[in-house]
Amino acid sequence: MEVKPPVPEVPPPVWTEFKDLQEFEKYRQQRTDDDKTSNTLASIADAIHHMPGGWIVTTSTDKVFNWARKSSIWPVTFGLACCAIEMMATFASRFDVERFGMVPWASPRHSDLMIVSGTVTIKMAPMLKRIYDQMADPKWVVSMGSCANSGGPFRHGYHVVKGVDRVVPVDVYVPGCPPTPDSLMYGLLKLQEQVAEFQKTGTK
Amino acid sequence: MTALAASDAAARLRQELNLDSTVDGQMLTATVPTERWQAAGSFVRDALGCRFFNFLTAIDWKEQGLEVLCRVDNLDARLAVMLRTRLGSASCPTLTGVWRGADWMERECYDMFGITFEGHPDHRRILLGDDWEGHPLRKDYAVDTPHTPYR
Repeated sequence: MEVKPPVPEVPPPVWTEFKDLQEFEKYRQQRTDDDKTSNTLASIADAIHHMPGGWIVTTSTDKVFNWARKSSIWPVTFGLACCAIEMMATFASRFDVERFGMVPWASPRHSDLMIVSGTVTIKMAPMLKRIYDQMADPKWVVSMGSCANSGGPFRHGYHVVKGVDRVVPVDVYVPGCPPTPDSLMYGLLKLQEQVAEFQKTGTK
Repeated sequence: MTALAASDAAARLRQELNLDSTVDGQMLTATVPTERWQAAGSFVRDALGCRFFNFLTAIDWKEQGLEVLCRVDNLDARLAVMLRTRLGSASCPTLTGVWRGADWMERECYDMFGITFEGHPDHRRILLGDDWEGHPLRKDYAVDTPHTPYR
């Protein structure tokens, strides 16, 4: 009665050996934290602002820019759990957030908003952080549902991040388990208000 | 459909392997010494026809040690066999040579309970990250174990 275990044919994947991840990690290490806003542009805007009468130019252009920002918030599709179903319903034709200029986009590099919809596990948190890092500035985060807000019903588990704000900065929290599409849409409209006041709320 | 009553299966198990078992309906529960774990698995698969590997898990009985239990089914005869073994240390022979389905179950068992399965072909964590410290379903695992940087 000899027992011989099978030999695995496919070697296990080692994530650190993926070439594009290596490159991304290299550039991420090189990039400093204060590099996220352009200092040159900020100083030019500051100079114009302090010229006599220049504040008219800067405030009105800010208004235009913020109107453009808030009218085309593209959320990256980051569905993690059951909240993602409600998020999909919000994006679908019945609730139709596309009338607010929000297009669910499958690439973080084209997106302004990340809707964290669902439980963030400790294993998933580095990937979430990586996707957040890949998004272009300025960027916003909506934490959707109890799990993303605080850990929710899984808060006392061993594997759950107790709130996504421990990983990325969050702008709007939407409560609910899961939130209805109406709640999420209300949160998104609140986010639009916040984006319209972008310069007053400080640099992102 | 081959008929195989659980009482007959219990009698064969006692006759061939000298193992005591309890019968509950068509469910057979046998406690196996750890060193005869693989032999009992092979016997149950070949002689009792339990080809379907249902699950494998473990129980932490605190100071009385760990217990591995696995359930296999003979779907034709509607016979379920539960094999249990009480471990002296945290290591157990693997069943992957008997049932291919034991592979991931034993990896999960290692992940959650820290039981080493001797002879397992791919002995890694399966659910938690590779850098995880501790085994969460042990009774002495503190849920508040700090896990950098997200907790």
